[in-house]
Amino acid sequence: MKHLTEEELVGYREGEITQREAIAEHLTSCTACRTELERIEAVLSALDNLPVPERGPEYGRAVWQKIAPQLPEKAGRGWRAWLEPRRWVAIGAMVAVVIGAFVAGRWTKKLDAGTPAASVAQVKERVLVVAVGEHLGKSEMVLMELANATLPVSGPKQINISAEQKRAEDLLDANRLYRETAQQDGDAALASVLDDLERVLMDVAHSPEEITPAKLESLQKRIEAHGILFKVRVVGKELQEKQKTTNSAPAATDSKVRERNKA
Amino acid sequence: MTRMSESAGSTPDREALQSAARESDALAVERTLAGERDAFRVLVERHSQQLFRLAYRMTGNEHDAEEVVQEAFLRAYRNLGQFGSRANFGTWAYRIAANYAIDRMRQKRTEDARRSTPSSLAEEQDPLDLVADDRPTPDRLAGNSELRKKMEEALKELSSSERTAFVMRHWEGCAIEEIAAVLESTTSAAKNTVFRSVQKLRRALEPYVGARGALQAKAAGAAPEPRGTEL
Ligand SMILES: [Zn+2]
Repeated sequence: MKHLTEEELVGYREGEITQREAIAEHLTSCTACRTELERIEAVLSALDNLPVPERGPEYGRAVWQKIAPQLPEKAGRGWRAWLEPRRWVAIGAMVAVVIGAFVAGRWTKKLDAGTPAASVAQVKERVLVVAVGEHLGKSEMVLMELANATLPVSGPKQINISAEQKRAEDLLDANRLYRETAQQDGDAALASVLDDLERVLMDVAHSPEEITPAKLESLQKRIEAHGILFKVRVVGKELQEKQKTTNSAPAATDSKVRERNKA
Repeated sequence: MTRMSESAGSTPDREALQSAARESDALAVERTLAGERDAFRVLVERHSQQLFRLAYRMTGNEHDAEEVVQEAFLRAYRNLGQFGSRANFGTWAYRIAANYAIDRMRQKRTEDARRSTPSSLAEEQDPLDLVADDRPTPDRLAGNSELRKKMEEALKELSSSERTAFVMRHWEGCAIEEIAAVLESTTSAAKNTVFRSVQKLRRALEPYVGARGALQAKAAGAAPEPRGTEL
């Protein structure tokens, strides 16, 4: 009679095997296999007694004290939360930081000219809405093109993605700035969308100019896996609408701001 | 067939308690999502110990385990909306912790591998430990602590996936599907990983356990309780 394999014995012990009855029957009649099972059992039961350091009931309180200061004001509702009106308060705060970066940086000249007729907060919000909105729109285009690129039917032909790659590279810097701002602001939902986007953009930017169909396919899979196109599209669309409403406010159109900035 | 575990079997009382806890977990999740940040505290206080046990067994050290627990709750908070309150918060937080612990283990291994040459592995062993090992075993727990050290070493030798699979299966009694989800593998691959972990541990520990292992298990006062072979 054929003895049971180690795999069968472990599987039997785990309750993770078919033909349990046949194995049980063999075990009742075969001392060798039973001994073998007992030896496995002995090792496992010794391991069961490996101690874990005690953590008393006060441990939970200690954990809370450690993490509480790091928790953003609101629990993350995933990227959907971004579409909620109250998100825009956080976005306002983010705009302040972005503006700060602009003022501190090379855009100083562009922005400090002229006094906006609209309130500072409105302008700040609009700047961000426009900036992130445009950013997401551009990112969507690049990803769409890649996602919809057809694979060559046969042959090891290389696919040239240098155009998309160059654009992804350009988008990466801006994306990093927006993501960091969102993170600093504790806006986990926005940060998470931008984080996903950043990874995919990075993948694209760091690919060689000519890629194999397999590599393209894996890029496409990554784009799909993150659901990033969908997220970017929805958030981008919301931003466009938001932009329309802020644009309808008097003295607050984007073009006017740009004109002013040129002055 | 029995499964050994420290966790006691379910009694009706325990089940009632568990279902009450789940209910108030769901409530705490709702309240947290409604903007009451302090409601999350209930969840943290309730599940920290369980997550710590898992994290300790996966990482093998207290410092890492504590960090895993904290990070798991931070992640849970950030993603609470995705979780909603459809499922059991404990199970969900548990999975987040397991996911994070495995990432951390893998990362650490890569770092360690980069840092150390093969020969330095032997050097890492504390010479004092070796001396202690060679000493004739006094009556008390000497045999036990030697065995314990061997077990810790054997667990360290497992790959991150194997260790995760073993911890989840044997100490935590997780279903294969749950393990597969954490390992991002198929269930048959997860089964295989469990098997490989048992096989490796057996190879490493059988010389030290033998008949004594079973005796020690009993002597330690933790005679295994029969447990269903639930999946
Ligand atoms: Zn046999």
